[in-house]
Amino acid sequence: MTKSELIERLADRQQYLPMRDIETSVRLMLDEMMDALSAGDRIEIRGFGSFSLNYRRPRLGRNPKTGETVSLGAKYVPHFKPGKELRERVNAAVKQGD
Amino acid sequence: MALTKADLVETLHNELGLNKREAKDFVDLFFEEMRQVLESGEDIKLSGFGNFQLRDKNERPGRNPRTGEMIPVTARRVVTFRAGQKLKSLVEAYDGPEQD
Repeated sequence: MTKSELIERLADRQQYLPMRDIETSVRLMLDEMMDALSAGDRIEIRGFGSFSLNYRRPRLGRNPKTGETVSLGAKYVPHFKPGKELRERVNAAVKQGD
Repeated sequence: MALTKADLVETLHNELGLNKREAKDFVDLFFEEMRQVLESGEDIKLSGFGNFQLRDKNERPGRNPRTGEMIPVTARRVVTFRAGQKLKSLVEAYDGPEQD
């Protein structure tokens, strides 16, 4: 499911907000989540999951095209840990299907 | 400080003028619909932000870390997240916590 399909689905599920407010809301929420992570803050959504940053040490890499060695600096990468409710619901759906 | 649903509610209230009730309902609906989509077995692709993907794991041998006893880890479906290009490059620019 894509972002625009999710937005349509949200529109179907509630009566109060016009489509353009739903689009704006989704954009505002995702932007705020990206801003938080890029400032080094965690995101904690109970029942859904938490986002945090993982550290990657500096390392020597290789340009796959030229074979040349390049030094890559330390960096952070986003990490998601699903919350208990999400884990259980996703897994329960499979067990029932057996 | 971790970002929580309360912060997202505050943003929708301040920036879009939704009242607190509408804003809270919408934030809750957003995460509930994502749970439902994943529960139904469908992946979610939020361009720029990232993809939530489902992976089916086979049963594998495991161990109770406290007792050392062998117990199988049952087959299960798990959610993984792959950050999008935009989020990755934003986060890469982060310098790390300030040193005292």
